[in-house]
Amino acid sequence: MIKIEELHKSYGQNEVLKGISTEIKEKEVIAIIGPSGSGKSTFLRCLNLLEEPTSGKITIAGDVLTDKGTNIMKIREEVGMVFQHFHLFPHKTVLENLTYAPINVKGMDKTAAIKKAEDLLTKVGLFEKRNEYPNRLSGGQKQRVAIARALAMDPKVILFDEPTSALDPEMVKEVLAVMKNLANTGMTMLIVTHEMGFAREVADRILFLDGGKLIEDASPEQFFAAPSTQRAKDFLEKVL
Amino acid sequence: MNLDFTAIIPSIPYILKGIGVTLQIAIGASIIGFIVGILLALCKIGKVNVLRWFADFYTSIFRGTPLVLQLMIIYYAVPQLLDIQIDPVPTAIIAFGLNSGAYISEIIRAGINAVDKGQMEAAQALGIPYAKMMKDIIIPQAVKNILPSLVNEFITLNKETAVVTVISALDIMRRAYIVGGSTYRYLEPLLFAGVIYYIMTLVLTFLGKRIEKGMRKSD
Repeated sequence: MIKIEELHKSYGQNEVLKGISTEIKEKEVIAIIGPSGSGKSTFLRCLNLLEEPTSGKITIAGDVLTDKGTNIMKIREEVGMVFQHFHLFPHKTVLENLTYAPINVKGMDKTAAIKKAEDLLTKVGLFEKRNEYPNRLSGGQKQRVAIARALAMDPKVILFDEPTSALDPEMVKEVLAVMKNLANTGMTMLIVTHEMGFAREVADRILFLDGGKLIEDASPEQFFAAPSTQRAKDFLEKVL
Repeated sequence: MNLDFTAIIPSIPYILKGIGVTLQIAIGASIIGFIVGILLALCKIGKVNVLRWFADFYTSIFRGTPLVLQLMIIYYAVPQLLDIQIDPVPTAIIAFGLNSGAYISEIIRAGINAVDKGQMEAAQALGIPYAKMMKDIIIPQAVKNILPSLVNEFITLNKETAVVTVISALDIMRRAYIVGGSTYRYLEPLLFAGVIYYIMTLVLTFLGKRIEKGMRKSD
């Protein structure tokens, strides 16, 4: 469903991604891990063009993102994203956060959008918070709302950029639980994460990045039991 | 000590009528200034070079020349170049509006830049088009942050309108001066005008604080 070929990204002289190629199938859950500065987030952000690749080709569901004529907006409707710092709209209620894009981007009927938003909030356990403003929520609640907001657009894939890194430890679990449920429903997910336990349990595949290169692409069992590169061994020794 | 307010008492209602004129100019100019300010701010933060240059040039002209000069130029330019008769009050609204737009654009630009960059990314990630993102997501947050500066700008504008006396608009200032001329006592009506301006400023400051408080409730 997603095909990435020779993806390069440079900031001036600094080459952050040095030619990444991989394919992601529908319903696959991918955990992207690696040391900080390895290019994980940049890689993820290239997939909805929040970062513009310097060269290479990205195809999502048949659309080539990297072609000049491609309608970026159309692709972004289909690729949801969840950020480390949530980025909920603070001047809108929880419900409005979920309904704004479906109504204004997809042209969805307002009552239908509200109905859908309420269903999603129920799913993430926050229905009773629907009329609150985001500042009244805890970090874990905000992130669950952010996940529901992404889901409200019916995306084909959701990108998670370190979704639990900004949370207090006791709130990590509730967010991971929501993500796990989502994975079980067959959503295609790419997750940049430092949660090794979660990656091992939920991911179908691990992509290990280091120095802007994809140096391991393996099943979690294989990756955590017997990584094939020394770099990955060193990394796992430090984080586990 | 020679100070006698009794001579101007019959003229007090006449001077007070100027409050309406002053407010009319200040409010009209603020609305124009706010619209011009938003448009200029969008030009300044946008990626189109021509628009950016235009907005910067506009701002530097209006900030780099005296307001009273701009007012008089517009007052004489409109009839002479466009062959349209224009009253002092509309002239003042246009001149102050265009001038205020230059200052407000800087305030709004700073406000937009101060909105967390993640807000823009979140909007982009949802596929929200640029215009809607600005209108519904970024600018409302920016305006909330800069509301104190905007209220300040309005209060300043309200006082500055006193220079419309040079094009004979019948505001508080002009009326006080006229009363001075007819009673041969200038000091008393001018002091009275000063009191009116000061009270207006106090009231506007109070209202501004109330609005800010109200806006903060959604936090």
